[in-house]
Amino acid sequence: MDYGLMQRVFPFFLEAAWTTITLSVLTAALGLACAILGTSARLSRFALFRFLGATYVSLFRGTPALIQLFILYFGGPQIGIQLDAFAAGVIGLGVNVGAYMTETMRGAIIAVDRGQGEAARTLGMSRWQAMCNVILPQAMRLMIRPLGVNINALIKSTALVAAISVVELTYTAQRYIGSTYKPFEMFLIAGLLYMIIIYVVGQGISWADRKARLN
Amino acid sequence: MGLDFSVIPKYLDIVLLGALWTIAITVCAAVVSFFGGILLAVIALFAPALVRWPFRVFSFLFLGTPLLLQLFLIYFGLVQIGVDVPAFVAGVVGLGLHFVVYNSDLFQTSILAVDKGQIEAARTLGLSRWQALRKVVVPQAVRDVIPPIGNNMIALLKDSALVSVIGVSELTLSAQRAIGSTYRPFEFYVLVAAIYYIINLVMEAVLRRVERRIQASK
Amino acid sequence: MSQQKPFIDIRHAKKSFGTLEVLKDISLQVERGQIVAIIGPSGSGKSTLLRAINDLDPLTGGEIWLEDKQINKSLPHRQYEKHINEVRQEIGMVFQHFNLFPHLRVRENVTLAPKMLKGLSDAEANALAEEQLTKVGMIERIDYYPSQLSGGQKQRVAIARALAMKPKVMLFDEATSALDPELVEEVNLVMKRLAEEHMTMIIVTHEMGFAESVCDRVLFMDQGVVVEEGPPEVIFRNPKNERTQNFLRKHLAGHKA
Repeated sequence: MDYGLMQRVFPFFLEAAWTTITLSVLTAALGLACAILGTSARLSRFALFRFLGATYVSLFRGTPALIQLFILYFGGPQIGIQLDAFAAGVIGLGVNVGAYMTETMRGAIIAVDRGQGEAARTLGMSRWQAMCNVILPQAMRLMIRPLGVNINALIKSTALVAAISVVELTYTAQRYIGSTYKPFEMFLIAGLLYMIIIYVVGQGISWADRKARLN
Repeated sequence: MGLDFSVIPKYLDIVLLGALWTIAITVCAAVVSFFGGILLAVIALFAPALVRWPFRVFSFLFLGTPLLLQLFLIYFGLVQIGVDVPAFVAGVVGLGLHFVVYNSDLFQTSILAVDKGQIEAARTLGLSRWQALRKVVVPQAVRDVIPPIGNNMIALLKDSALVSVIGVSELTLSAQRAIGSTYRPFEFYVLVAAIYYIINLVMEAVLRRVERRIQASK
Repeated sequence: MSQQKPFIDIRHAKKSFGTLEVLKDISLQVERGQIVAIIGPSGSGKSTLLRAINDLDPLTGGEIWLEDKQINKSLPHRQYEKHINEVRQEIGMVFQHFNLFPHLRVRENVTLAPKMLKGLSDAEANALAEEQLTKVGMIERIDYYPSQLSGGQKQRVAIARALAMKPKVMLFDEATSALDPELVEEVNLVMKRLAEEHMTMIIVTHEMGFAESVCDRVLFMDQGVVVEEGPPEVIFRNPKNERTQNFLRKHLAGHKA
């Protein structure tokens, strides 16, 4: 184990970790936004919206995220979409993880007992009022933990943007492996940083989950 | 630049050959990860601490890091220690190990869920601990865990696209070769996405059938 | 002939799920202040009929009227939603499984709808909740969560929640079926008190004794039709129809065993 080398390259990895964090935060935000839209579509009373929602989920979960990223980044210019690698990464991964989060949110909403909606409706609430006041507050508690699983997977999947040369943790590790021939050392540094990020985010999610369950 | 899908037929055979390799690597890695997963689960649960700990550390490292990073480690790591393996083997090992850890998690949960009375009954019949595990507990645990393992296999198919970066000539890399000579990324990546999607649909259909069969046998 | 319109008027109600006919042409008139029990084996359609009254399970044919308003009239979606939400405010419903909102305290369970739909202020809604919870004997638990209550207590809160909307009629869908035997009585007492106040009620129930002591009329339903109806003393003591006789014999025997 070459500790001297590890110390020398560490600052570069730290900088790359910051990119991974920014990427994760932006992707998660976009993913949640897509999931809210996707869930609304999947639960809509209009068949067309339901179909569109289901198609979105099926296509984006049914094909590799890497290929989706490539279509956007390399194929985009052909249809007039010119994005820099970082933006393509955020959009590509965000829309992808949004499809997974849609299933999570929908699952949580469906898991709320049917009787809850019925009780609200018999009191005279509209579909929307029942959703906002009765169903969503309960579904929210159910979805925090599985959304946490989605976010955990998302943090790891940000590594894919290394394939379109965004200088984040995995790209940095790859470059230093190429120049130093020390794969294990580089893996350890990058891996440790990933695990720290995932650990901190995981703690945050458990905290939110506990807080939601407290009342 | 516009779109022109007419370039595809000329390269279709290359891409389809790539698709075959994708299926091959998926199947191989799936087999590795299935049996490896059972083995790792049994070790993690029942082996003496000295054996258990290195495996726990391995699981911990692999659960917390991206597959792409693991692939780089395995590919270049093997080269560094002087093992010269074909890219395909490195890909199978990388993908397989990644999913061994995920599957092992599932197996551990389902093994623990098998009624304690089952082991006791087997032991009173005179089976050794290992025999009881192998003949009584694991078969029951496997049945319960097939659906989530199946989902992992479908995830594995999609993650197999990543082995293109270590030079395995599967679907994604074949497309990249075709793009290299045609400069038509959109057309070929969409084609590749469609092929992945179809394989994905087939796998989902098979999994659903198996799930139904398991449900019926309960 | 005095032609006063019935308070609730169900005309030729039909309901089918696919090819399965659950309600086959049922008509039923309920006067203001009347208390009607519907009994019958499971699968007879009695719950479906009750749930059709506030359109939880919409009919596939027939009409339901509350006073001079048709409940299930055909309107464009948006207008229908507005219409049905108004109608439902006038019809209280109590479910077998209570369906209290677990994320809200007892107080908020009762005040949520009046505040949201009738525009009551916090103070007004609180006073209303206290009044209704006192009536069902649950005022001491006003700041509890549903998970901290027994089944009987939950059901009493659910009744208070429905009453807080000042409904014209109350529907009870097997309100005591999910309760442990020793908790049934407290809920029955609350319902009796409502009966004494001349609340119009339609009660789907398995409690024959309760139905006999409280109700003005009893309907026996089987396989989607009303087989027999009449005053409780006739239906329970002297049923004419063989199916009614069989049902009551089995049911009462089961209860004694």
